[in-house]
Amino acid sequence: MENLLSLFYILAAASFILAIKWMNSPATARRGVLVGELGMLLAVVGTLLRFEVVQYEWIFIAFFIGSAIGVPIAYLMPMTAVPQRTALSHAFGALASALIGTAEYYKQTSHGFIMTALIIEMLLGFLTFTASMMAFGKLQEVLPTRPITYRGQNIVNLGIFLAAVAFGVGLIFRPEQTWMFPIFATLSLGFGVLLIVPIGGADMPTVIALLNSYAGLSACAMGFALDNKLLIIAGALDGSSGFILSIIMCRAMNRSFTNVLFGAFGQLQTTAGHATARPVRSASPEEAAEILSSSRSVIMIPGYGMAVAQAQHKLRELSDALTKRGIDVRFAIHPVAGRMPGHMNVLLAEADVPYDKLVEMDDINSEFPATDVALVIGANDVVNPAAKTDKNSPIAGMPILDAHRAHTVMVIKRSMSPGFSGIDNELYYMANTLMLFGDAKTFVASIVKELASVGKAG
Amino acid sequence: MKSYEFGLWVFMLSAFLGFELIRRVSPLLHTPLMSLTNAISAIAVVGAILITGAKDATPLSRTLGFLAVVTSTTNLVSGYLITDRMLRMFKKREPGKK
Repeated sequence: MENLLSLFYILAAASFILAIKWMNSPATARRGVLVGELGMLLAVVGTLLRFEVVQYEWIFIAFFIGSAIGVPIAYLMPMTAVPQRTALSHAFGALASALIGTAEYYKQTSHGFIMTALIIEMLLGFLTFTASMMAFGKLQEVLPTRPITYRGQNIVNLGIFLAAVAFGVGLIFRPEQTWMFPIFATLSLGFGVLLIVPIGGADMPTVIALLNSYAGLSACAMGFALDNKLLIIAGALDGSSGFILSIIMCRAMNRSFTNVLFGAFGQLQTTAGHATARPVRSASPEEAAEILSSSRSVIMIPGYGMAVAQAQHKLRELSDALTKRGIDVRFAIHPVAGRMPGHMNVLLAEADVPYDKLVEMDDINSEFPATDVALVIGANDVVNPAAKTDKNSPIAGMPILDAHRAHTVMVIKRSMSPGFSGIDNELYYMANTLMLFGDAKTFVASIVKELASVGKAG
Repeated sequence: MKSYEFGLWVFMLSAFLGFELIRRVSPLLHTPLMSLTNAISAIAVVGAILITGAKDATPLSRTLGFLAVVTSTTNLVSGYLITDRMLRMFKKREPGKK
């Protein structure tokens, strides 16, 4: 029986690996989810059948409650709230890890390697729990989204982290000194909160990916503590996934990890925030519709502003209307557009934009010079030419979408206020740029309406 | 070989496997990827079940284990379902439409 159950675990691990492998293309991704579910089923059944497990009622009650919370979240959560849900699920996962670690610690006093694994599990679990809750609060805008910085912040944070580690090490050597445990837990929880305080909205994609990694590593450490290889494998997969995603996000901003976590943006904001009033050219929906309908190729550049205005459906209508006239329409996706990796893709897919129209930055940048219109919707820093031209700009060196090289640039924007980084955007003052002032959704809707009436007349 | 040493080997190999697999995932699917790996890391439910269902569980460990089963089941269920919901939305251009 015992051998059969380890077979369950091995099959489960293989399913998880296949599940991630099949995520490499939209054609096979759903199969990946299915095989992942099967793997999880095998793991859960395989665990329930183990001889150590004798008490079932609480487990089944918990399954029931968990499903009762999980199913509505999965089906009712609007797609624009996906970053929040992701942060929340990191918090839940990390909390589970931390609670299991705590239970293990109080159940039997472990020593040496197992105690070390438990401490790592709990340290990462506790800090990821509070950090993810803070990220959730910021994404949901319950908490102020602007980064909050103060003098000596990094020293305070580092001090608290080192203190947490010190008590953790203390517990590894003297596990029977239980008085240290609550201090260790509180410091870890507190560090999680302080870690996110200086993080602004633009850095959220990196931070969410990093928290994903921590939650995975915490599960992995649990695998060492419980001597369970399946947990080690699944945790390592999750940990490396989050880690790679955060590296990709950092690269897309030309920043290092330390730079994101220790908040250079927050400090620069105060110095770069003053935009002088310079003349810009603006246009009405009628004029915009005319320019669009007489173009041959259009590239749309969505940003977080599109998500806020919920403009993705109207944008698809616009794209359809233009496509019908034989105009080539594509969407250029910057890796850090939005609040989490891949955020724009999900929103546009929700609006029924076929995914072969969503093009990555590196693939589309060479095509801007041959493009008639670049339409920017709610994006700012990711199209700021200052990243290339101004060495002193806070975003210097960040890879951008070359919207400024298109023949005409149109920017839908609520007002002239600067973006998250607080940096003025040269793009707005260029001779070939037209500013379309207004709410993204309403503005796109009036362009669509205008196109329809022009279509009838012609 | 000691058990933890074997565990470290497993960790090392699966971390590299993870790197290679994730690198191949299209940026198009980064959001579903994150929710999928999140659902997979709900494998913590295994540890939670072992704690909650153990014969010698203390009231404290059973309560903590119970909460851990609840939170990881929530993640597991919502993680897989929402990943599938997102992936259903990714469609290719319909034939006939240019």
